[in-house]
Amino acid sequence: MRIPASQLREWVDLPADVTPEHLHESLVSVGFEEEGVHPAEVSGPIVVGQVLEFTPEPQDNGKTIRWCQVRVAAGDSDDAIRGIVCGASNFEVGDKVVVTLPGSVLPGPFPIAARKTYGHVSDGMIASAKELGLGDEHNGILRLAELGLDPDVGTDAIELLGLDDFAVEINVTPDRGYAMSIRGVAREYAHATGVSFRDPAAAVNVAPASGFSVVVDDSAPIRGAVGCTGFVTRVVRGLDRSRPTPAWMLKRLALMGIRSISLPVDISNYVMMELGQPTHTYDLNKLSGGITVRRATGGEKITTLDEQVRTLSEEDLLITDESGPIGLAGVMGGATTEIDDTSTDVLIEAATFDPITIARTARRHKLPSEASKRFARGVDPLVSRAAAQRVVDLLVELAGGTADALGTDLVDFEPRPAIHLPADFTARLIGVDYTAAEIETVLSDIGATVEKAKDGWGVTPPSWRPDLVDAPGLAEEVARIHGYDRIPSAIPVAPPGRGLSRSQAARRRVAQVLAGAGLTEVLAYPFVATEQNQLFGSVDGSPVPEMTLANALDPSVAQLRRSLLPGILDVAKRNVARGLTSLALYEVGAVFQPAGATGSDSIPVGNERPDVATLDGLYASVPAQPWHVAALYLGPLTAKQPGQSAIASGLGDAVDTVHAIATAVGVDVVVRQGSHTAFHPGRCAEVFAGDTSVGFAGEILPSVAASLDLPRVVVALDLDLDALIAAAPDHVVATPVLVFPAATQDVSLVVDLGVPAEDLRIAIVDGAGELLESAHLVDDYRGAGLDENQKSLTLALRFRAADRTLTQQEATDAKLAGVAVAASRYNATIRE
Amino acid sequence: MPSISPQQLADVVAEAISAINAVTTGDELKQVRTQFVADGSPISLINATLRDVPADEKAEAGKIVGQARAEINQAFAAREAGILQSEEHARLLAESVDVTAVASRRRVGARHPLNLLMEEMSNIFVGMGWEVAEGPELENEWFNFDALNFDEDHPARAMQDTFFVEPVDRHLVLRTHTSPVQIRSLLSRELPVYVVAPGRVYRTDELDATHTPVFHQMEGIAIDKGLTMAHLKGTLEHLARAMFGDGAKIRLRPNYFPFTEPSAELDIWHPTFRGGARWIEWGGCGMVNPNVLRAAGIDPEEYQGFAFGMGIERTLMFRNDVADMHDMVEGDVRFSQQFGMVI
Repeated sequence: MRIPASQLREWVDLPADVTPEHLHESLVSVGFEEEGVHPAEVSGPIVVGQVLEFTPEPQDNGKTIRWCQVRVAAGDSDDAIRGIVCGASNFEVGDKVVVTLPGSVLPGPFPIAARKTYGHVSDGMIASAKELGLGDEHNGILRLAELGLDPDVGTDAIELLGLDDFAVEINVTPDRGYAMSIRGVAREYAHATGVSFRDPAAAVNVAPASGFSVVVDDSAPIRGAVGCTGFVTRVVRGLDRSRPTPAWMLKRLALMGIRSISLPVDISNYVMMELGQPTHTYDLNKLSGGITVRRATGGEKITTLDEQVRTLSEEDLLITDESGPIGLAGVMGGATTEIDDTSTDVLIEAATFDPITIARTARRHKLPSEASKRFARGVDPLVSRAAAQRVVDLLVELAGGTADALGTDLVDFEPRPAIHLPADFTARLIGVDYTAAEIETVLSDIGATVEKAKDGWGVTPPSWRPDLVDAPGLAEEVARIHGYDRIPSAIPVAPPGRGLSRSQAARRRVAQVLAGAGLTEVLAYPFVATEQNQLFGSVDGSPVPEMTLANALDPSVAQLRRSLLPGILDVAKRNVARGLTSLALYEVGAVFQPAGATGSDSIPVGNERPDVATLDGLYASVPAQPWHVAALYLGPLTAKQPGQSAIASGLGDAVDTVHAIATAVGVDVVVRQGSHTAFHPGRCAEVFAGDTSVGFAGEILPSVAASLDLPRVVVALDLDLDALIAAAPDHVVATPVLVFPAATQDVSLVVDLGVPAEDLRIAIVDGAGELLESAHLVDDYRGAGLDENQKSLTLALRFRAADRTLTQQEATDAKLAGVAVAASRYNATIRE
Repeated sequence: MPSISPQQLADVVAEAISAINAVTTGDELKQVRTQFVADGSPISLINATLRDVPADEKAEAGKIVGQARAEINQAFAAREAGILQSEEHARLLAESVDVTAVASRRRVGARHPLNLLMEEMSNIFVGMGWEVAEGPELENEWFNFDALNFDEDHPARAMQDTFFVEPVDRHLVLRTHTSPVQIRSLLSRELPVYVVAPGRVYRTDELDATHTPVFHQMEGIAIDKGLTMAHLKGTLEHLARAMFGDGAKIRLRPNYFPFTEPSAELDIWHPTFRGGARWIEWGGCGMVNPNVLRAAGIDPEEYQGFAFGMGIERTLMFRNDVADMHDMVEGDVRFSQQFGMVI
């Protein structure tokens, strides 16, 4: 909403030297966000001139310029007549025009100087309406006669045309529709500064009118609200259509961002800005019979005045006459009854429509007009008469029309019941001990009727404040107008808290450990393609249930991710494309795992707690969204350096990272040979916590890496972090540290190639018994001395007893017990 | 049998010590050991003759030979220590490396600053006894809108602002704020409730320098007996000072949100902000609307409280001078690596 300062000044006393800063500061203090300033940016000398003569001079570039002699001051002084080059040709000798003399500045800012052009020194410029900030008209220069003006030569055009006016732009929150008008903003300025407010609606002297038939026939109110609760019409005849829109109105409309169309339309728009009441002007002679306001029938059509044929919904509210639909109520008029350049007799409509009906229609037909914006927020139901009268008055005054007694006066308004505001309520909510007088004054100032009631007041909000429905709303008015600066500071004392939850703490540790281990955290968007969900979010590539966005910004990635891998691969791709080819990345984030149907057919009302079954249904309607952790390595882990060649990242990094994550969570995991469509078939590890599979780590399928322009070897992992955390024990049960000397022995076992080393190791551990303290793989030999399908795995074993120094024989016996289990499980034999 | 001549002994000692002292390397040291100290050396040969010395001279002879041997051994030990020291010194010198060029064996990682910032803000509230609450990003509309006093006709529910999932009439949306977590907390926790809800939220804005469809918020809600707007102000002031230092100030401006009444815009002021000391719009806040309490089954006559929320991206922008949203969402490692583990 833009507010021209000159217009505000009509209803509140502004400081003589009012600045945009002052207006913004005042309006911000009562809750209007500052959006911008539309400054005048105009300074003189800008004067009225008269064209004395001109010579057309064709130019090489095909243009014809006019070399003009323009009188800009009375008298005989040298500079009373200026030579000016003008590119326009829409004027005649004798026309009065606006001359911007050297030293003046036009909006842009565009400083004017005497300059040499087309072989002359042009001593100023003849301005167009647009150049002066009077609208968009730029087809030629502004002839003052077009505005109905004939001022003396030399008159200051800034004052004449109001060119030094400026507007401030504010954001009006959706609850305060009344402030979508100068009337409402002037009232708020008065609240902010304490000056008195002169209500422009109260100043309008409404003449009685009747005889024009309007029937409201709403067969399908929306949410119980009748679509139209007020419909005032007035008739004005005999408009002189040669009359222009006056400069002061042009200037204000331009400042408010409204394009000038024609005088009657400009008046309608101007009154809407003044009073907040949209009005519509029909060509009276195009109307057939009276008006009926009704809902559209399904499939009914209307041609709106933008020449669009619109197919209507049964929820749309229509203005109709005997010919059919003539307007989409509150949103846009129809083409058939539109006023044109020759219309002289008009019917003015100032109606009150249901906000929800209008908002839905505007949204449905994508017609967010100035009118629909106001109706959707609620227009003062009692301002329609004044608005209609104001349009009539301006049509009479500016367009030479005659007010007619024909009209309609249908205003159905019931004041709402008073709101009980307990005496101490405001203090209890705001924390400021306002006096009773302070509370009463604010409520009266905003237009409410305040009556003493038991333990407080009964407050009837004014007609233009449908947002005030309860005591907190009234308390807010008191706090707002007295200023939030008056509220003191106090820190509440929360009950003793338990800190982060187990899961939150675990997730933080994982993130810290991975960053400490050299990985960089990323946060990818969770939007993916179905193929990606199928490849990464499904173990075997079969289709999986997924959530599809109904309104994706990019339809090629309209699914919600089931895995973090597509996102982290995408991030890797971007980094590689930027020349960052040694990467270690990780992400901790939610994935979306619907299983079957989700969502709910209906939702309960918002202002009461749903019953247990309904609430359980709501909880269950939301698909599982577990936290996952993913990591990715590509390129060298460390680059080539003096004395050290590059160390390539590989599968080991993925598996190590799995263990780092498990350690951070505090859970034991086991890595087994696995199979997953997104991974290299021979280089994929499945990770288990107990018997539960918690995810995969491995080399991304090379063809997938290639399709992303990544190097052949990319290792990655995606683990269900929630499952890992759930599998972790509550706390660690410590065992004593044994201090007797250890006995160490190695053992080399020959097994078939297909036996996983970890399985063999577990066999040894299982068989060797409690003397075995640790066993780890130190060698994997294949080749001479072994069959082609065999390998020799060497494990380093460390034995220790709790109560004595072990003999080598005891260690050997334990080792052989382990070998025996390995032999029975995997046919392992000792390699001598 | 000749007696041992002191002169001969002195000559042997002098010759040995002179040879020992002339030694400069470990190899020479071995050589002089063989020649002058070990078995077969002149002094050991003299020592061997002691057994032939007459008994009455034995004590005296043994003493002077012993002294001579000790002299030689001491000289040898001293020289040996000197040689070892200089050899170790030379070795250390030879082992020098350019410490500015040692090969690195470990990568250095980094957290994402948005997560660091959310954790830091959460910590401030945990320090006040609050708890951190979480909820799903894909949410039922009831939690995201209805329970928060968003009328079914509220413009925010239109598809031009909110991501819906198909089928639309199943009422699932990507949460547009972390406020549904507040409702879930009120429904599931014992009163009083003091929680913050950090997390990811979604709106249908195209990515540009100042917008992203996926962003982060930190919201908080406190519901207790006797909470007023003064407590809201005090809490936010504490947050601002804990995050930005004692020089930080806040102010509230009237605004409108469906879930609070009164509602306010939160501005923060600090002398070190980019562009100089100034007020910056930080978030929204207010006293929880009674309808929100009713949705959670709480009697607004008995309990009331406040809520607030701010954007994490926006906070990072003015706190850490991040100029472009792209840097926060693209995952370019150079961005996070500026922060490391600390924001």
